Amino acid sequence: MNLRTFLLGTCSAVALSGLAQAETLTIATVNNGDMIRMQKLTEDFTSKNPDIQLEWVTLEENVLRQRVTTDIATKGGQYDIMTIGTYEVPIWAKQGWLLPLDNLGAGYDVDDLLPAIRSGLTIDGKLYAAPFYGESSMVMYRKDLFEKAGLTMPDAPTWDFIADAARKITDKNAEIYGICLRGKAGWGENMAFLTATANAFGARWFDENWKPQFDQPEWKNALDFYVKLMNDAGPPGASSNGFNENLSLFQTGKCGMWIDATVAASFVTNPKESTVADKVGFALAPDTGLGKRGNWLWAWNLAIPAGSQKVASAEKFIAWATGKDYLKLVADKEGWANVPPGTRTSLYANPEYQKAAPFAKMTLDSINAADPKNPAVKPVPYVGVQFVAIPEFQGLGTAVGQQFSAALAGQMSVDQALASAQQLTEREMTKAGYIK
Amino acid sequence: MARNVSTQRKIVVTVVAWTIGILIFFPILWTFLTSFKTEAEAIASPPSLFFFDWTTENYHEVQSRSNYFLHFMNSVVVSVGSTLIGLIIAIPSAWAMAFSPTKRTKDVLMWMLSTKMMPSVGVLVPMYLLFRNTGLLDTRTGLVIVLTLINLPIIIWMLYTYFKEIPGEILEAARMDGASLSKEIIYVLTPMAIPGIASTLLLNIILAWNEAFWTLNLSAAKAAPLTAFIASYSSPEGLFYAKLSAASTMAIAPILILGWFSQKQLVRGLTFGAVK
Amino acid sequence: MATLHTRSAARLMIAPSVLLLLAWMIVPLAMTIYFSFLRYNLLMPGMEEFAGFTNYKYFLTDPAFFQAIFNTLAIVLGVLFITVVGGIALALLLDQPMFGQGIVRILVIAPFLIMPTVAALVWKNMFMNPVNGLFAWIAKLFGLQPFDFLANAPLMSVILIVAWQWLPFATLILLTALQSLDEEQKEAAQMDGAGAWSRFIYLVLPHLSRAITVVILIQTIFLLSVFAEILVTTNGGPGTQSTNLTFLVYAQALLQFDVGGASAGGIIAVILANIVAFFLMRMIGKTLEA
Repeated sequence: MNLRTFLLGTCSAVALSGLAQAETLTIATVNNGDMIRMQKLTEDFTSKNPDIQLEWVTLEENVLRQRVTTDIATKGGQYDIMTIGTYEVPIWAKQGWLLPLDNLGAGYDVDDLLPAIRSGLTIDGKLYAAPFYGESSMVMYRKDLFEKAGLTMPDAPTWDFIADAARKITDKNAEIYGICLRGKAGWGENMAFLTATANAFGARWFDENWKPQFDQPEWKNALDFYVKLMNDAGPPGASSNGFNENLSLFQTGKCGMWIDATVAASFVTNPKESTVADKVGFALAPDTGLGKRGNWLWAWNLAIPAGSQKVASAEKFIAWATGKDYLKLVADKEGWANVPPGTRTSLYANPEYQKAAPFAKMTLDSINAADPKNPAVKPVPYVGVQFVAIPEFQGLGTAVGQQFSAALAGQMSVDQALASAQQLTEREMTKAGYIK
Repeated sequence: MARNVSTQRKIVVTVVAWTIGILIFFPILWTFLTSFKTEAEAIASPPSLFFFDWTTENYHEVQSRSNYFLHFMNSVVVSVGSTLIGLIIAIPSAWAMAFSPTKRTKDVLMWMLSTKMMPSVGVLVPMYLLFRNTGLLDTRTGLVIVLTLINLPIIIWMLYTYFKEIPGEILEAARMDGASLSKEIIYVLTPMAIPGIASTLLLNIILAWNEAFWTLNLSAAKAAPLTAFIASYSSPEGLFYAKLSAASTMAIAPILILGWFSQKQLVRGLTFGAVK
Repeated sequence: MATLHTRSAARLMIAPSVLLLLAWMIVPLAMTIYFSFLRYNLLMPGMEEFAGFTNYKYFLTDPAFFQAIFNTLAIVLGVLFITVVGGIALALLLDQPMFGQGIVRILVIAPFLIMPTVAALVWKNMFMNPVNGLFAWIAKLFGLQPFDFLANAPLMSVILIVAWQWLPFATLILLTALQSLDEEQKEAAQMDGAGAWSRFIYLVLPHLSRAITVVILIQTIFLLSVFAEILVTTNGGPGTQSTNLTFLVYAQALLQFDVGGASAGGIIAVILANIVAFFLMRMIGKTLEA
């Protein structure tokens, strides 16, 4: 052992003993691109806060949801910071499971958060979770294919135009499918898309007395339209395609259009991942002239469970991860196009971002156009565009999603799917006590 | 002439057997190969079997994202620990059942196996509450306890079938020589039972290594084994076949290698008393 | 041989494992039975109340209930059929003299060592995916429309994946049993002029019966609660076409967070599993005594 290794060893021993007194935050998070990027950039945080160490639990979305819900509901105390969606925040906050984020520091600038996103996370005037990124949905399309077919995409298309264009573009022999839409069963998969789309068709989940509405003509129109369109112009295996599967299809040039989350925009325009990066255009989610566009509103947020022993450190971390400086940090290291979108007004006012992200304006317009408090054409008793913010919705949405997925796969007719959706929703709502 | 026919036959058998063997193995081979491709090559059509630019990029990516070594160590500790404890509890029981059987021995054995039929997911919340109250959440100890209990019936069953094959006369002889019960176990029985114990050990390490429900749901950061590691690669955004393959290879390689090196013991262990 | 001394010693030695397993069975079971009579949703704490048999009523009248029972049995029987028949065939093949037998055995054993989650992920994404999967590529090679396995034959796909994992297990047990068959007996049968087929029916198959029973017993225990494969590949769908009982309970427990409903489902699943076990044990008991 020479002197150098000896010194190194001593240094690391000292460092280790220093770390032993550090506070360790356990953070549960989802395995999407922006979160993983944050994980890699945390050195910036730990070097500024040497007394805080971070431990990551990165899980696939569904597993994450199960883990954090079980933990918070049983007060298991496994996590100091949880990544949760817009759906959970109001439900959990009402239960008193989350701490209000009052102390994010002077530089945090809460008023800079996009109003639509912020209002979904605010209950009784208090912010219960800080948005890490936000999204709505919009149309992504291939400009080259549209040009070839002699079509022009309007900024605010109708569903009729979309369907017509999809059928024209489709060339199954060349493996070009006019439109890719979600079909995989799940309340956050096909039901997110279909619930939002049904809004545009004038449908709603429940009437003012919590009576399910799947037996109404609006749902039939919406589902019929979707199934026919996908059969004519969708890719094979659409009933098992979720966000990811469609993203792969679009990136490999197999989709003419794709209506999905606005965050996808940065992936499909990234030349490192996408073979069609320079050929993508954007438009608002389509409508049917009834006054609602089928664009949803979602954000992944960081929240602190009530009863946490490490509130101060957790707040420091959340302020870092969702603050303005973090956006700057990502921009410096990976370019403006990779900054987590959809949370801050200042980002959309930044000319550098506008230049680097051709989808910026469309994303902002889509987010601003979403109205979770009045999602449907007709009045509804619930909040949420692509979900119904009641605890029962995860199970319900998934069960209904399975029926619709079966209709898409051709395993049952649209009428059968709607009838069993109606039946099972009525059953569950009766059991849960909404329908007396 | 006869020799000739048998050689010919041997060649035919070899070809058929190898073809089937490779077909069965193919999904694993394909995963392994894909883990060295770029994401674009992973879904390229036509796919290439060997002739692509081999890259270890995916492994770097996976390693930079998650602490493989921590998960690996947790898997080792949990699977080996639970198997060893299980063996310590099971050996006396199996021994007693094999050498002093009563009328109810079979029923007890069957009852033990039937405890494995409870659907774990139905008792998750009770277990989670129990673990929270005892402070066992996200600890290796907690996982070891659960896996020991889950695999105990299988361990007892396997050991029982081995012990039964040990001729009783040898024990008689030992007793005649005045060996005490403990000596009987240590000096006479154990050496004869070691192969059986080794097989049981192997099979249960494999079962424990691959158990994905409890290990995932009762751990968070500190005790999470490789099953939890995989859960962060199952469907991320964007192209993920190559990264998924790399993570899969890393999760299954240790146990695959262990299984291969000890396949003789393992194969013998798999008989569960089916062969007399 | 069994003196009083050894018998009580034997009891003492069995006691720890029996007590542990009893505790392991009774504690969760008691808690589950208790919860099954409560109206208890994790997401609505403080609203627990006694609910009588409501949870049972809802679980038993679930539109997917009978389909789930059918699927559970279909998975068990389907996988058993494939692995037993395939296992016998493979064992007979591997029992023949050949070059590199050890390596073939290594290849065949491998799927048994793989995590179920990994196996399901690999099959789903890299093989059965109708656009990027290998099967789709092969279909296109022959000018065929790729078959969408998980949408059009979900139950069969699940059975296929599970059977792939369990085939090595069956093969290896049967192979070991086959190798214990007396060479002399085989030769004697050959001398008697018995053809290959009748040798198989009258000599080999009876010899294998014990091994087959063990395969069925052990596999049934694991197959009744197949879960990871379904969760990863089909999520129980489309519709409820690949939902088995375990998955149905899962939907109650971890999607709806309805602890009461899931507990009732768990109890029902236990009862049904025990019915299956009862028949199984009787069948097995007979063969194993012999």
